[in-house]
Amino acid sequence: MNRHNFFYFIKEGAFNMFSHGFMSFAAVGITVACLLIMGTFTLVAVNANAMLAELESQNQILAFADLGMSEEEARAMEKDIRAIDNVAGVTFISDVEAAAAFRGRYEDNELFQGLPDDNFRHRYAIDLVDIGYMSQTKAALEELPNIYDVSAYEDEAAGFITIRNVAGVVCVVLIAVLFLVSVFIIANTIKLTTFDRRDEIAIMKMVGATNGFIRWPFVYEGFLLGLFSAVIGFFLQWGLYEAVSRSVANNDTINLITVVPFESMWTYVAIIFAAAGMLIGVGGSLSAIRKFLQV
Amino acid sequence: MIRLTDVVKEYPNGTHALNGLSMEIQDGEFVFMVGPSGSGKSTVIKLLIGEIEPTEGRVMVNGFSLRNIREWQVPHLRRTVGVIFQDFRLIEHKTVYDNMVFAMRAVGAGPKEIKKRIPYCLNLVGLENKGRRLPSELSGGEQQRVAIARALLNNPSTIIADEPTGNLDPARSLEIMRLLERINSLGTTVLVVTHEKDLVNRFDKRVVMLERGRVVSDGHGYYGRRAL
Repeated sequence: MNRHNFFYFIKEGAFNMFSHGFMSFAAVGITVACLLIMGTFTLVAVNANAMLAELESQNQILAFADLGMSEEEARAMEKDIRAIDNVAGVTFISDVEAAAAFRGRYEDNELFQGLPDDNFRHRYAIDLVDIGYMSQTKAALEELPNIYDVSAYEDEAAGFITIRNVAGVVCVVLIAVLFLVSVFIIANTIKLTTFDRRDEIAIMKMVGATNGFIRWPFVYEGFLLGLFSAVIGFFLQWGLYEAVSRSVANNDTINLITVVPFESMWTYVAIIFAAAGMLIGVGGSLSAIRKFLQV
Repeated sequence: MIRLTDVVKEYPNGTHALNGLSMEIQDGEFVFMVGPSGSGKSTVIKLLIGEIEPTEGRVMVNGFSLRNIREWQVPHLRRTVGVIFQDFRLIEHKTVYDNMVFAMRAVGAGPKEIKKRIPYCLNLVGLENKGRRLPSELSGGEQQRVAIARALLNNPSTIIADEPTGNLDPARSLEIMRLLERINSLGTTVLVVTHEKDLVNRFDKRVVMLERGRVVSDGHGYYGRRAL
């Protein structure tokens, strides 16, 4: 494509877009709405993932040493524990620390205040790389010598994983459906343009224009519609996200939810919006123009 | 050169438009193709510009064989053939000059070539002062001359005119035919499809007559004088 043709295609694409102002407006509006819904679900999923990751990090396994082991003997087990797959971090808790923590939890109950320290076992709090492999890690820990018992919240871990998987599937399905809806709307707008310009297309074909030459202005029109939608959608998404973030931060009942700051991910959001917008626009125009080229 | 050999064209609905048609037009010839409605004239034009393929037989146009022409070759074939229609097919919202620019742009011509070629073609059809007019501001004869100028832009070796005078009065029709005759005298092959007997008979040119998808008469002189 030479320089003259490039500017010609851009000019023709922009002309097509403005010559059907209302349909272009409708196409941009629908695409912006779809991008916003897609973006909102994705950002909710990102925040849910961040929160799940935080909760996962708090979902530790406790491995209890045999009763009667000295602190030095119990500490010597740390190397073997760290060697197990899926172990991210290990914290040693002595019997004295465990007893103090227990008493602290029941300060108002005198019954537990007199418990001697040697009633408690030395233990390890173990963080996991992936809680999806909690059962396997627990089994590996139980195989170690001098481990009396391993306590793991497997049901809670499975719950986290289910939430994450369901959220992921819902997100993917929604994105796919909204993407197709957007492509369909843009395709219809371009179809209207091609129908309106069918005489011009016929003349172009008659004088010997190649299919590529005829196709390009419509591809640029779709591209521009998609790009406009992406830019508008991005700023609306930003505003919406900031408003929701402020509401969450100012609300006493839901301020336990931590929101990922938009500033930390705006470049990714911008790139994804631009790519999705352009893909929707170009995909829509290519599907619309195809039948007009079969002359 | 145009050569059709034993061409059969059957449309998907079962219509037999051409039934073993054979004819040849040499470079630089001026030929009238005449015949009643349904005789196959429009099908011949569609074949010659690569819009349809023959069901059987061979069609050669300016070195392109249309029996198995590739899709990407069709635009290159069409650049060797200028086509003129009865309804002019001009873009109403563009000026005469912009209509010409549009046609040249479509085949990838650059600004220098456009600036040089358009005034030449407008001058050839006698419309050098009408470039800024919209088609609706021109008479029917002038609009057809614009269409002829547009058909000449890519310097085609053949001009095919499909009922070029169908929308014009007798005086304007004669003007258009004389213009096509002049273009032919410059070396361009001209094929005029028409059913205007009086007009054909005013020119001493080769007349090919079709009927039911076959050539039934081919010779110089009056419309239908010589039957095969």
